[in-house]
Amino acid sequence: MIRISTALLAALCIAGVAAVALVAPSSRAADAIPTEKDPVKSARAVKLTEELRCLVCQNQTIADSNAELAVDLRRQVREQVDAGKTDREIIDYMVGRYGDFVLYRPPVKGTTLLLWGGPALLLLIGVGVIFVVLRGRQRMPDEVPLTAEERARAEALLGGAPKKEQT
Amino acid sequence: MAKFLIPLGLFVVLLGFLFAGLGLNPREVPSPLIDKPAPTFTLAQLHDPAKTLGTTDMKGQVWLLNVWASWCVSCREEHPLLVELGKARLVPIIGLNYKDETLAGMRWLAQLGNPYDVSVVDRDGRVGIDFGVYGVPETFVIDKQGTIRYKQIGPVTAEALEKKILPLVRELQKS
Repeated sequence: MIRISTALLAALCIAGVAAVALVAPSSRAADAIPTEKDPVKSARAVKLTEELRCLVCQNQTIADSNAELAVDLRRQVREQVDAGKTDREIIDYMVGRYGDFVLYRPPVKGTTLLLWGGPALLLLIGVGVIFVVLRGRQRMPDEVPLTAEERARAEALLGGAPKKEQT
Repeated sequence: MAKFLIPLGLFVVLLGFLFAGLGLNPREVPSPLIDKPAPTFTLAQLHDPAKTLGTTDMKGQVWLLNVWASWCVSCREEHPLLVELGKARLVPIIGLNYKDETLAGMRWLAQLGNPYDVSVVDRDGRVGIDFGVYGVPETFVIDKQGTIRYKQIGPVTAEALEKKILPLVRELQKS
């Protein structure tokens, strides 16, 4: 009973944390950029800032971060959205200044090939290793035939034993 | 025997990668601006707001752009080196006073010494963003054509100055 209730408590805690985690980023992002008159543009600005990494905190988006640089970059994004720049142009503006590191979703290209292909490569290696190991195990009995002595002992153990018991 | 050597070998390789990783600084993000033309700016001078200075004024000479602020703790660390470099007059140093109060900036220079030929004021940090500044101090080496050739992220150290910045400056001044 005690075990069940602790498990339930743990599940509730996890659910609670997950709910907060899901809700928090969007609400914080909305705080960060004062509501504009145009909800479509405002939504675009928020979405863009959630795609961009803050270079000061590194593991926060510029929508999330309260670093001064993030505040400035949010302002830049907002101004450029107001100026009618496309999402592509704004992303290019940021990449031109801060490099691919500013993107939370790095582009697929030569230098990021290992990053994108790494997991698939590891999976392939894992499957390969399992395949080789399993095949090795299957082959093992065939490769070592029993000697006459071993065969006699095996027969004695398998066939001989019950007979002995009967007599 | 080989069966045990393979995992051991892989482990040693992993250790090698981890050890190399210890020496890397994740805060040093490679700048896409290296070997690109420096962003143009024209800004008011710190000590004489009526006068401006821009990238075009520096064309034809090798120069350093040092991003600093009076609120920046690491700037204090590199400052004595810059003062020394300024006295040696090897290369013009332009200061970009980044998101600072004019008075605080001037007081800071009066107290600690002024290594800059000119400091310009970037009050709202827009020029800083154009230069991809994300941590003060940062120092750029810009060549005669106005191309960024090197970027020092964080304080200039004696080692960086002697091994990278000054040799590069000398080489660029010859060409």
